[in-house]
Amino acid sequence: VTEQPLDISIERLLRESRPQALAAVVRRFHDFAAAEDAVQEASLAAAIQWPHEGTPANPRAWLTQVAFRRMTDHIRSESARRRRESEVALEAAHTTGSSTIETTPLEDDTLVLLFMCCHPALTPASAIALTLRAVGGLTTAEIARAFLVPEATMAQRISRAKQCIKNSGIPFQPPAAEGQSQRLRAVLHVLYLIFNEGYTSSAGPDLRRDDLSHEAMRLTRIVYRLQPNDTEVAGLLALMLLTDARRLARTGAGGELVPLALQDRALWDRRQIEEGVALISATLPKGSVGPYQLQAAIAAVHDEAARAEDTDWPQILALYELLGRMSDNPMVRLNHAIAVAMVHGAAKGLELLDALKTDARLADHHRLDAVRAHLLELAGDRQGAVRHYRAAAAKTGSLPERNYLLSQAARLSIEL
Amino acid sequence: MSLAPIQNQMEEKDMKYILMLTGTKAEFDWYAKWSPQDYEAQAAFMHAFHEELKNSGALVAAEGLAFPDEARVVRAGVDGSPIVTKGIVRGVKDGAPFVTDGVFPESKEFLAGYTIIDVESAEQAYKIAARLSAAPGPGGIPGNMPVEVRQVMRGALEELP
Repeated sequence: VTEQPLDISIERLLRESRPQALAAVVRRFHDFAAAEDAVQEASLAAAIQWPHEGTPANPRAWLTQVAFRRMTDHIRSESARRRRESEVALEAAHTTGSSTIETTPLEDDTLVLLFMCCHPALTPASAIALTLRAVGGLTTAEIARAFLVPEATMAQRISRAKQCIKNSGIPFQPPAAEGQSQRLRAVLHVLYLIFNEGYTSSAGPDLRRDDLSHEAMRLTRIVYRLQPNDTEVAGLLALMLLTDARRLARTGAGGELVPLALQDRALWDRRQIEEGVALISATLPKGSVGPYQLQAAIAAVHDEAARAEDTDWPQILALYELLGRMSDNPMVRLNHAIAVAMVHGAAKGLELLDALKTDARLADHHRLDAVRAHLLELAGDRQGAVRHYRAAAAKTGSLPERNYLLSQAARLSIEL
Repeated sequence: MSLAPIQNQMEEKDMKYILMLTGTKAEFDWYAKWSPQDYEAQAAFMHAFHEELKNSGALVAAEGLAFPDEARVVRAGVDGSPIVTKGIVRGVKDGAPFVTDGVFPESKEFLAGYTIIDVESAEQAYKIAARLSAAPGPGGIPGNMPVEVRQVMRGALEELP
């Protein structure tokens, strides 16, 4: 199946209308899996018809109506096989006149959909795929391309995720008030993972992985608009803005990684940094500080330094200490050791790394070696640094990272 | 030199692994003498195994390779044209790799087939590899053959120090 490139404005319109159309169909028919298929079909129909026939005045109503029709057809054909079960659904279909389609903007529905797609019952991989398709409006082929798996595999992953939602009987409604904040955390986590997936240097020219980051940012913006008072939502959005702002500077002409200290800061996206800094600065004083806000604050401190040597490391160290109190994540402890080294000297940082060796989650992790190599280099132990850069290179699963680590080792060997 | 903030995420990353079945020439010769029933049982197992991987959303690719009898080794000549040989001896001498034509050593392991999977942890990959290893051998008895598991390299996930 070849996909014709769609007019950007139509594609945008479709992406924005889809979640709300889907929500309308799920509300009516109570069958998320089938509704999602129906809306996908309706979107395909729109992609074919709109460029020729013009964009409808109310795209969401158009999509909803076409999807309703597909659902009714679907139920009819199903009912031939399973008459009894479908009676209820058919009833729902019959009560649906074209005039009864809700046309009030129900943006909250997008959030309800997100709650559903990011349900803790799903594995992260399933939640990511389902979110991108049902809320993001990406096609299965696009998601498969972004994750470098065959379309059939991604289709299975999505259909299993839908089946899981169906089987667990998760209703299409916002979670109860007491569980809402926890469920919102799950949504943020999935958006964060999508962002991270996109925030990789790609191995090929047309993997379009940047799109994943932008999609994560777009969805996080929507959540922020709907939950402006949740400080962690704002924190996550700020973190994404501040991290993504450095995207162009992260890789060199040959696709090689450029560490932060050596990045050409003129390539950083100033507007995005300003927005991120303003957002996190307005959010932190609100009081309820969480891990996303702290990570955003750390990113902001880096982004605000005109040169690498101007970085306010004591500030970063203080932020990592706060972060360390909030989570037992070994990566945070590793980063904390780096900040300690930058403020109090490499020897102090290396002492902390020794303590981390006993952490089973880190003991065999390439990053422990990479950081040790770096701190040994700072301490003037070149031989030790070479050894650990090479050890890290042997353990990493990332090709650009391995190239980077090997070239660090090579640079030091030449100087030895 | 300063260090970058690193996303404090270290798990739940999709990872791809390649599961490789290999064998020496002697093992391929042994395999060539199985009974028809044994081939059928193995083929049925492989089909069901990969079908299940596909349905679980983990299969990326899987292929079987032709027997190594016709394996050729190709090197580029000085003008870039292919120099095709059967068998090769190679090593590192005086700090540089060297190659000479010869025969494949008896101990050489040839790739027989591979399966690439997309999973969330190494442990998951090992479980799947163990099931592949238990593919039936002669008499329907699980072969428990060795499966080499290697991670497929991905793009960088985090900003580097």
